[in-house]
Amino acid sequence: MNYVIIGNSAAAVGCIEGIRKNDKESAITVISDEKHHTYSRPLISYLLYGKTDEERMKYRPDSFYKDNDVTPILGKKAVKIDTKNRKVMLDDGKAVPYDKLLVATGSRPFVPPMKGLDTVENKFTFMTLDDAKALDSVLTKDSRVLIVGAGLIGLKCAEGILDKIGSLTVIDLADRILPSILDETGSELVQKSIEEKGVEFMLGTSAAEFDGNKAKLTNGETVEFDVLVIAVGVRPNTELVKEAGGNVNKGIVTDRFCRTSLPGIYSAGDCTESHDITTDTDRILALLPNAYMQGETAGLHMTGTDKPYDKAIPMNAIGFFGYHMITAGSYDGEKTVYADGENYKMLVTKDNLLKGYIMIGDISRAGIYTKLIREQVPLDSIDFELVKEKPQLMAFSLADRKEQLGGVR
Amino acid sequence: MKRIFVNEEWCLGCHLCEYNCAFANTVSAGKSKANEMAKALKGKKIFPKIQVEENDGIYFAVSCRHCTDPLCVKGCIAGALSVKDGVIEIDQDKCVGCYTCVLSCPYGAIMPAEDGHVAQKCELCTRNSCGSPACVAGCPNNAIVFEER
Ligand SMILES: Cc1cc2nc3c(=O)[nH]c(=O)nc-3n(C[C@H](O)[C@H](O)[C@H](O)COP(=O)(O)OP(=O)(O)OC[C@H]3O[C@@H](n4cnc5c(N)ncnc54)[C@H](O)[C@@H]3O)c2cc1C
Ligand code: SF4
Ligand code: SF4
Repeated sequence: MNYVIIGNSAAAVGCIEGIRKNDKESAITVISDEKHHTYSRPLISYLLYGKTDEERMKYRPDSFYKDNDVTPILGKKAVKIDTKNRKVMLDDGKAVPYDKLLVATGSRPFVPPMKGLDTVENKFTFMTLDDAKALDSVLTKDSRVLIVGAGLIGLKCAEGILDKIGSLTVIDLADRILPSILDETGSELVQKSIEEKGVEFMLGTSAAEFDGNKAKLTNGETVEFDVLVIAVGVRPNTELVKEAGGNVNKGIVTDRFCRTSLPGIYSAGDCTESHDITTDTDRILALLPNAYMQGETAGLHMTGTDKPYDKAIPMNAIGFFGYHMITAGSYDGEKTVYADGENYKMLVTKDNLLKGYIMIGDISRAGIYTKLIREQVPLDSIDFELVKEKPQLMAFSLADRKEQLGGVR
Repeated sequence: MKRIFVNEEWCLGCHLCEYNCAFANTVSAGKSKANEMAKALKGKKIFPKIQVEENDGIYFAVSCRHCTDPLCVKGCIAGALSVKDGVIEIDQDKCVGCYTCVLSCPYGAIMPAEDGHVAQKCELCTRNSCGSPACVAGCPNNAIVFEER
């Protein structure tokens, strides 16, 4: 068997580790247009403020490809999948034959058309190690930086560079920060804490036009800057599968084993849609744990283990300047709120299930809540009053605890 | 593989396991015990990797289960968690303290370390000077045991 993987990030590594659980012999080839050893993409902001370095941010040890008998083809782009002859065509004209293929092409930054953007000299996106290094190379202690986008990536970028620069402004069309993971109270709390560190927010407005180092905003104001970072969103890299005739909606469509509609071709990670069990809808969940687990599912299935990936939920753990938050699931349902100063917690229940939660500040043992969502534990089967107060195993029945902690099966 | 298992009916809620854990992972661990332990921990807030839950006369200690299908490892954004001979290890040098593992662990068994900048978890005392779990060794009542099941 000849396994080929396009992409060299979380989903790819999950697939390699999945394949090698069952098949230690067959050839695995990894193709990536990035030339680096597999690295943790979410760590690029930590790299900029020195919490990690290029060595430590490797997602797997240096010996990973050798240990797993993987042939990496790095710095080459896959330009076409020839499904008829089962070959991946590369940008240097070479062809890589496959029996089973994983498309783990991830996502790329979305840069909307903005008037005058071409007049801006120092403009960056923030997705890859090379993006981070390029941005870093122009920053000085006097730089005025404008970040467009107050989502996860924009704000992580802000955290990464704030200490190196003169001033930092974040603008967003939405009227609050992190709207995809926080409720209004949460957004307010986190915004306040980030503002206290010296970041200025301008919300509910967007750049109408750029002119050199000036941004004219839709609210009539003008912001001057030296460096511009565009972090308004990401788009899945679906083209290879689409052009080969595979099913693609917003992301590549896959089944519970991460198979695409094309024979022998799997897909995993940010380029795919997942089935979110909390809303019962298919959507892109651009998250590293999701990418790894989809990749692993594909790798296992390629080698004969049918272990479905059918518990996907949106979930995020993120912190800014030492203030942490964990969120999961969806927020449509009955809400219970606990708030005291820096700590905020909101639980959402519906149909006898925990559907979602937000924890800000005190995030301890959040995973117990995640489990209730992921495993769709009926709330009347546990002591929900106890677990509402704080995540604890005490809320489960004695029999359940014997299983969880006593090794009773 | 040997793991720590809980016999909750025998747990007195004395929290000794928490102290033994905190001590096992300090620099003075391995030296003459009682004295050193008091010196290291008395009057201090401790950050053990095992935590006793209590409610209404029920007590039990929770630490990492060393899962065969570890969600923390799969979710770690830094590749800082790994499986070594069945033991789930954390490389705190690689960890960036994002707490995706806290979000992922169904047992609430991985937590921020004392400095708040990285995560910590039970590694069965394989990487300190104890060699086998100090919490189990110090439990007066066999409420936690280290065995193959
Ligand atoms: C700044 C930042 C912070 C983040 N923080 C978090 C976080 O805290 N928690 C979290 O869960 N997620 C976070 N994410 C998201 C996380 O990085 C992604 O979910 C994860 O990297 C997805 O992995 P993947 O394998 O699907 O794809 P990607 O990581 O996108 O990798 C895909 C790879 O494929 C390559 N590729 C694409 N097309 C081709 C082609 N045609 N030929 C060859 N190679 C190709 C790409 O260059 C890339 O190397 C963050 C992302 C960013 C940018
Ligand atoms: S930290 Fe949690 S998820 Fe990870 S191995 Fe231990 S019990 Fe399992
Ligand atoms: S806190 Fe550390 S160990 Fe946990 S997921 Fe983040 S980087 Fe990995």
